[in-house]
Amino acid sequence: MNKSFFKSKHWYNFRREPGAVIGSLIMVLFFLAAMFAPMIAPQNPYDLTEVSLEHFLLPPVWMENGQMPFVFGTDDQGRDIFSTILYGCRTSLIVGFGVLLLAGSAGVFLGMLSGYYGGRLDAFIMRAGDTVLCFSTSLLALFFLGIMGQRGVTMVIIAICISGWVRYARTMRGSTLGVKQEAYIMAARATGASDPTLLLKHLLPNALAPIFVVMAVDLAVVIGLEATLSFLGVGVPLTEPSLGMMIANGRDYVYTGMWWMVLFPAGALIMLVVGINLFADWLREELNPKISRKT
Amino acid sequence: MFVFIIRRLIQCVIVLLTVSLLCFILFQFAGDPVVNMAGKYATIEDIERVRSSLGLDKPFYVQYIRFIGNAAQGNFGMSYVSKMPTLELILERLPATVELAMTAMCIAFIAGVFLGVLVSLKPHSVFSRSIMALSLGGISIPTFLMGILLIMVFAVWLGVLPPFGRGETVNLGFWRSGLITVEGLKHIILPAMTLAMFQLAVLLRLTRGSMREILTEEYVVTAWAKGLPPLKVIFKHALRNALIPVITIAGLQIGEMIAFSIVTETIFQWPGMGNLLVRSIFETDNPVLVTYIMLAALIILAINLVVDILYAYLNPKIRYE
Repeated sequence: MNKSFFKSKHWYNFRREPGAVIGSLIMVLFFLAAMFAPMIAPQNPYDLTEVSLEHFLLPPVWMENGQMPFVFGTDDQGRDIFSTILYGCRTSLIVGFGVLLLAGSAGVFLGMLSGYYGGRLDAFIMRAGDTVLCFSTSLLALFFLGIMGQRGVTMVIIAICISGWVRYARTMRGSTLGVKQEAYIMAARATGASDPTLLLKHLLPNALAPIFVVMAVDLAVVIGLEATLSFLGVGVPLTEPSLGMMIANGRDYVYTGMWWMVLFPAGALIMLVVGINLFADWLREELNPKISRKT
Repeated sequence: MFVFIIRRLIQCVIVLLTVSLLCFILFQFAGDPVVNMAGKYATIEDIERVRSSLGLDKPFYVQYIRFIGNAAQGNFGMSYVSKMPTLELILERLPATVELAMTAMCIAFIAGVFLGVLVSLKPHSVFSRSIMALSLGGISIPTFLMGILLIMVFAVWLGVLPPFGRGETVNLGFWRSGLITVEGLKHIILPAMTLAMFQLAVLLRLTRGSMREILTEEYVVTAWAKGLPPLKVIFKHALRNALIPVITIAGLQIGEMIAFSIVTETIFQWPGMGNLLVRSIFETDNPVLVTYIMLAALIILAINLVVDILYAYLNPKIRYE
């Protein structure tokens, strides 16, 4: 991060938008919590030597019968809720960034080819994208995981990517079409740059900005989707932590008044997604060339 | 227009064939249902007998071609678990799902568009800001969580609405309806709200954005200036044009709607198709899965086609060649 960033227009606008600041603070908080989960968490909820059934169904500390160090209480297997949330956020963020990386790079690549070469290739990629998208990301992921019958973080990432690439491809195609007309691209072509050089060195860096907006929005969607899939039981397996699965487990205890198994992971999930959405909303307006800002 | 429809129909058939082929290819990599079905104590002969009785001993392409041939005649095979024709199993549960989805879609569309218009008129008022903040919650809370939170508040704490089931239903010929009894209506409120909430927030934000653009157009300014009644300007001049992108998106949301109806049905134990699908996934009841997927694909493609045609009628700028 160099000095010029702090003098830039974006940083100036960012500081003046409370939603964006709060959103990114929440994001940073969750990233750090997920990254350092093994150090922060009082117990590793998936290490059987650390979990004891003696402590099952304890309420949060401030309630009657609450015990330290189980700040948010425990679940039916004696796992500390707070620790499980930290580990669950890890899964959420791994899946989130995994999809961003995989679907993002595939989409950017296809979109660039589509926009640059046009013609039949373009028609085919875009047609395929339309079709995949009208089935919706969540439905395809659910069908794929349902048929495959295998669970796990990698499977979830692949399942979401089946249609996840389309938004990136569409956005990239659009911005490629714009950049393609620029003088520097023609200049590069005139100097005899090969297509790969032209695409990767000249076109890609200049056409990439709108992709960041899609990524920010997508991160929120993917994290929600992972939780949904795990909630349904087709996401990550029982042996791995997930916010969605915690909520699924705690759901049956809601009727007996043991709300902490649902409300704490739910709160964490909502906070994370709202934080990302707040930031994404700001980024969309900031990077939108159509909206001129008052500042 | 006619040529356009024919071409789209051919495309639909190609997509359906691709979907079914992909399903079949994926099943080759998935677990073997025969081992489960033959039971724990089956001998190798038993397993082989089950396999050949289901036609699963034939090569892949023979199975696929036979499936396509049967499917074209409306025969999608038998459920491994209940030994009933899968199409019958699914269609039996269709009314429950359609009633839920339609109710949710109506709530989402009416409330979403209405609130979107209100918010667009005074974008900086306290009311608009709080609605927008709530809509951020609406798009951020996943459907399954919304359902559980609604159950916690309205069924567990307040105890005013039932947390699961469909209540009393009445048989109207082939259609079993829950919308005409008081109990049935009480039961549909929570699941419909759950399913509607996300779409409502999306439609609200879309309407607001679209309205804010349209309201600055010259013909709207003219309409205000010549002193037309506000309601006429807002609804006749502005909203009509603002709705075009909203309707397109609403039509495209149908896939999402089906996916989230599956989630909603599981949470509320709603006796619909989605519930059946989730159960079939856990029972590796592949014929039911394939039938559901093909049916979902058919519905999605049909609705997309209808939306495209409607779009041409709504927007005179678009003519399909």
